[in-house]
Amino acid sequence: MRVRLTVNGRPQEADDVWEGESLLYVLRERLGLPGSKNACEQGECGSCTVRLDGALVCACLVAAGQAEGREVVTVEGLADFARRRSRAARDGARDGEEAPHATGTPLDAARRWSAHGTQEPDETQGPGGAGSRTAGEAELAPVQQAFIDAGAVQCGFCTPGLLVAADELLEHHPDPSDADIREALSGNLCRCTGYEKIMDAVRLAAVRQSEETRP
Amino acid sequence: MDFLRPASWEEALAAKAEHPTAVPIAGGTDVMVEINFDHRRPEYLMDLNRVADLTEWEVGEDTVRLGASVPYTRIMEHLRAELPGLALASHTVASPQIRNRGGVGGNLGTASPAGDAHPALLAAGAEVEAASVRGSRRIPIDAFYTGVKRNALAPDELIRAVHIRKADGPQQFSKVGTRNAMVIAVCAFGLALHPAARTVRTGIGSAAPTPVRAAGAEEFLNAALDEGGLWDNGRTVPPSVAERFAELCAAACDPIDDVRGTADYRRHAVGVMARRTLAWTWESYRGTRRTTEGAA
Repeated sequence: MRVRLTVNGRPQEADDVWEGESLLYVLRERLGLPGSKNACEQGECGSCTVRLDGALVCACLVAAGQAEGREVVTVEGLADFARRRSRAARDGARDGEEAPHATGTPLDAARRWSAHGTQEPDETQGPGGAGSRTAGEAELAPVQQAFIDAGAVQCGFCTPGLLVAADELLEHHPDPSDADIREALSGNLCRCTGYEKIMDAVRLAAVRQSEETRP
Repeated sequence: MDFLRPASWEEALAAKAEHPTAVPIAGGTDVMVEINFDHRRPEYLMDLNRVADLTEWEVGEDTVRLGASVPYTRIMEHLRAELPGLALASHTVASPQIRNRGGVGGNLGTASPAGDAHPALLAAGAEVEAASVRGSRRIPIDAFYTGVKRNALAPDELIRAVHIRKADGPQQFSKVGTRNAMVIAVCAFGLALHPAARTVRTGIGSAAPTPVRAAGAEEFLNAALDEGGLWDNGRTVPPSVAERFAELCAAACDPIDDVRGTADYRRHAVGVMARRTLAWTWESYRGTRRTTEGAA
């Protein structure tokens, strides 16, 4: 069957999708977006965590056909998603109205995604403005930068799922307690057991986010 | 495999009548695991996500009509006052990702003895609204579970909603597992006080082939509370009564040894949870009584 959906703001189409296939398989194997990781295939590990119409879900447990017509955000589109959200919040605060609808990271740009800014983290803090972006080089979302700065990445396999989950937490909970963070990330396993650094990263992202939004 | 996408409840019922082997999928948290692991290859997979009213709920005078696909997250956020036992149970389900997708209809459809919602539904009192093209019926929760992963649904029926009695007293839910998240219950226990009817109801999970009530324990406790005038005088439950209640709850179990725990452990743990949840709910009831009396 054919499945049409919006991924990271761009309309996508996948053909010859098997009816029992998961959204995760479609993202990785048919749309060339391998950021969402495939590990347990039973919702235990959270490494395939994406947003489905805004909700945090395990892509391995969503049937591809269920994603028809829906909006998906993966880790590849997280930076763009976060930037649009913070711009919408700023514009909303200024104009009291909704920001224009997202158009998303182009797929080819997402594919060339690289973690620039590891040398000079200070330059990449905050929204920075879209003008500073060069073609094919997307800026990082605040949680992504915080994971790098806090050393919250070891083997990296759980990182994409954790980033999407942590970003969703900070969207709803700008000032989370440690208990809030632990609960929000309770569906994401890190088998390197790097949880303390991950906690540090989320706290760091929360602090930076609050400094940024302070008038 | 065929993928069916009914756009309305009527279309879903028609599709289920035409293809009784169709497997309904809503949150997918059970069905997709079986498909991913090649444990199941249904001829038809029927997506219920497009049937919008399955994700709605309605708070009535005596009951809450909870749509089959209302995610656990919504129950925790919006129905804590009306359905405290179920809200507590919902919070113990897996992880945020799973709670955003899974709902009570799926728990009932799968009918695993370890489903987290079951003890809360049994303790609160509930009816399952099942429907087919032949019509609609309400199945009392006590008659719904018919065996390990078996329920009272006919092949052409779908679960539309659950009608759960609104709490008229304190409710508790307790679950044993190796950590707080992502745990299939080793065993679980739900307790609801119903001061209006002066009865208590229980629900035991993961300690028998189906979720069960501890009927003998309920009868004993109802009689003991009544004889002691405890609903009126608000005294604490005598330790001997709590102890006997716990024993009878443990005796209502019919558990097995498996990877998650032994039968002996499950019986013991159910007894402990019964005693603790009784203490928690009864203290809360006494607290409410004092507040009410003070205000009067």
